Amino acid sequence: MANFSKSNVPQFSVDVYQNEYLPEGGREVNAIVTVSATGGGTIGSAVAAPHLYTAGQGPDAAVAIMVDCSGSMDYPPAKMRNARDATAAAIDTLRDGVHFAVIGGTHVAKEVYPGNGRLAVADTATRDQAKQALRKLSAGGGTAIGTWLRLADRLLSSAEVSIRHGIVLTDGRNEHESPEDLRAALDSCAGRFTCDARGVGTDWEVKEVTGIASALLGTADIVADPAALAADFTHMMETAMGKEVADVALRLWTPVGTEIKFVKQVAPTVEELTARRAEAGPRAGDYPTGSWGDESRDYHVCVQVPTAAVGQEMLAARVSLVIPQGDGSVQNLGAQGLVRAVWTDDMVASTSINPQVAHYTGQAELAQVIQQGLDLRKAGDVDGATAKLGRAVQLAGASGNADTAKLLAKVVDVVDAAAGTVRLKARVAEADEMTLETRSTKTVRVKK
Amino acid sequence: MSQMPQPTALSRCPSCEEPLEAADRFCGACGYDLSAVSAPPQDHPTITMNGTSAGLPPAAPSVDWPLAPEVDSADVSAPVHRAADIRGTDSGGSELPHPEHPEHPHGDPAGVRPSVAKRPAGQPSGVRFDRPSEPDEYPLAPPAGEVRTAEGHPADGPDREVPADPRTADLPAPPAGAKVCVACRSGQVDTDGYCENCGHAQPRERDHMEQELGAVAAVSDRGLRHHRNEDAFAISSTALPDGSPAVVAVVCDGVSSATRPDEASLAASRAANESLLAALPLGTHPQQAMHEAIVAASEAVNALADPSTAQGEHAPHVNAPACTIVSAVVTSALLIVGWVGDSRVYWIPVDRSSLPARLTEDDSWAAQMVAAGLMNEAEAYADERAHAITGWLGADAYELEPHTVSFKPDRPGVVVVCTDGLWNYAEAAEDMAEVVPLDAAERPLHSAQVLVGHALDGGGHDNVTVAVMPFPAPSQGAGSA
Repeated sequence: MANFSKSNVPQFSVDVYQNEYLPEGGREVNAIVTVSATGGGTIGSAVAAPHLYTAGQGPDAAVAIMVDCSGSMDYPPAKMRNARDATAAAIDTLRDGVHFAVIGGTHVAKEVYPGNGRLAVADTATRDQAKQALRKLSAGGGTAIGTWLRLADRLLSSAEVSIRHGIVLTDGRNEHESPEDLRAALDSCAGRFTCDARGVGTDWEVKEVTGIASALLGTADIVADPAALAADFTHMMETAMGKEVADVALRLWTPVGTEIKFVKQVAPTVEELTARRAEAGPRAGDYPTGSWGDESRDYHVCVQVPTAAVGQEMLAARVSLVIPQGDGSVQNLGAQGLVRAVWTDDMVASTSINPQVAHYTGQAELAQVIQQGLDLRKAGDVDGATAKLGRAVQLAGASGNADTAKLLAKVVDVVDAAAGTVRLKARVAEADEMTLETRSTKTVRVKK
Repeated sequence: MSQMPQPTALSRCPSCEEPLEAADRFCGACGYDLSAVSAPPQDHPTITMNGTSAGLPPAAPSVDWPLAPEVDSADVSAPVHRAADIRGTDSGGSELPHPEHPEHPHGDPAGVRPSVAKRPAGQPSGVRFDRPSEPDEYPLAPPAGEVRTAEGHPADGPDREVPADPRTADLPAPPAGAKVCVACRSGQVDTDGYCENCGHAQPRERDHMEQELGAVAAVSDRGLRHHRNEDAFAISSTALPDGSPAVVAVVCDGVSSATRPDEASLAASRAANESLLAALPLGTHPQQAMHEAIVAASEAVNALADPSTAQGEHAPHVNAPACTIVSAVVTSALLIVGWVGDSRVYWIPVDRSSLPARLTEDDSWAAQMVAAGLMNEAEAYADERAHAITGWLGADAYELEPHTVSFKPDRPGVVVVCTDGLWNYAEAAEDMAEVVPLDAAERPLHSAQVLVGHALDGGGHDNVTVAVMPFPAPSQGAGSA
């Protein structure tokens, strides 16, 4: 059924930043692709499911909040109380009409509200009922996050909505199921809903939390102080409520004979997408990006092309945005960008590096050396860790990534930031190390 | 002026940017062997230059650079510096060290090094090089119709071949009438002008252009080393008030270091042509009309520099579109030429026993050196700065000085109007006469094709544009504008 009211779905645009000039025999083409979605209301029918939207309102959404209720949440007792308060704050942030559910997670998943395999529809009454139900939350049991996610998937899929989102809060390691079980749960949920993950306290495993957010295209963060949970949950829910279109995929067309070296999201965080390609017809593949509100993200695309003679030009990749539909067809969002290759004998042109590409290459290396440095530090390799974290300090300083630089300074003593000379701190607060690891993939954009 | 051959002319180490002393043979900071810098690129691009400041000839003899040793004094392999060893690249500010591009070995090292990207925004520079200052964006023309001629054309030459791998089994057969890729001959051409199979850019309209208009013909080609054609031409014919014919040819060469040089050349050639077509039938003296046409062309190029049409972040420095211009008007009795820059007009008599001549004086560094008696022609043209032009059309040109000359040839001949993409391969008038076919006056288009072919055979390092017009203007060509 046609709906002529304007929707809030954003308008997408694609900008490509690259040095398209290759030297004779050059084959590697690098480009930063900036995808921006800006306030909708103008493209009407060009959205995934226009019939679901009504004028003057965000798209229909369903949200599941998964709260860790394992026994450790009672130590200290404030943790459980803060988790309850944070969940209540998140519920208060729900827009009227949004479907939602609260799940209490231990070694099994329990429906806390509304129950019976249903979703509640947010209004004043249901919000109050949900907050009442939160009082029943008590700590006791183990942790098996895969079961929480599977229940969330069941509940979220029961609603006919366009945006499905989950929030996971955990305070401990995923001890009561195997890593394979969690992996399988993530695989079955990937693409069905997006999910943010938060670790509270310092007894959880960074790679588990970031792995959940990465697989389900959400954000990961540490909330070291449980008292800060409410603000974080409110912010997370606001972001979720701002999402306007789901399941957007970055479609990459490349000509015959080319090889895609990698596709990475590089802003706001580094996220490797290369292996997540879904083939989409001849020479084209889709990379999932999740749901979008008004926001802008950058992707680094690296393509190896067959070489050609000086003076030749070819299209190395065409970037577009699509929403895959259930029936195999796609909704094309209109915007596209061209990644080109031009062979030249002008050395000045072919040897210069595009500033955006240089910047994000550095940011990706920054995330990598932090991870490596912290791993080496845990393994007791002081020299290796010092070298990697020193490089990280150098990169963070040079690129103006002040947040990461601050986090690094809590783990190492910086002797010379420009040269990357550092000493490992003898004593590092666990929260500081975990914060650095969790946020290591956060990038800054290139200064324009 | 430098008096002695210097061990190094570098002001900073190409490896670590450490400031150097004049006598340094090795970098004091990193030990980089400063003699290991390689020779400058061989190509002689068009460059433009402020004739007053940077134009002093080097008095020092050229330096024989020693070869980089494979091993150092301790018999250890000399350290290899790769580009990746050097951090920091920012086209907006800091400099990219390129050991392959040493500072000019003579005199002031900051002089004419072709690093135009370093020039601060808005500062008009007297020096420009006919090469892209940095990657720029430009739209591809939609797939053109019949563009490249098949016979003997570079489109079929070895340079145009595409790496094999026509894995095209999954391609639907192109429907009748659809454009098929000229590179792989199996993919269709998309709306952006690229092949849907192999991705290769399709020939653009301006890659190769030919036009014949009675008594005048012109051919323009992208050449073999540039990815687009930044030359443009316009030819036409009209009648003077007395009914006698007047034939017009305008040829422009976009300055590659400027933004949108292709637009500049197109705008200039059109504006000059229209100005001449408007003025000549009114009885304006052809030489006056020529002067006004160049002024009109200059205004048309200046208008392109409108900042609102500048491409923001892709072209951070305001480097206004610029081009050269050369034009010739042939009537039954007169030959008028006008120019700014280093595009030329040659006079080739039909009777080859009389001497051919070059009718223009380049606004170029080399020409100024020769004119000032500071260098002989061979020395001047061997210099890296030879092709630096000292006059051009564009908003950042210092002062427009159109040169116009009127000739009254006493015998029939052909007028060759061309860009340096041609005359680089036939500089002297005698050389040009050698390659102009004997029947040029009867077959101008064929002659223009032959001349372009000569440049492509020579290497085609630049865009090539040539217009050929017989003198006197044959009366049947008149009035067809």
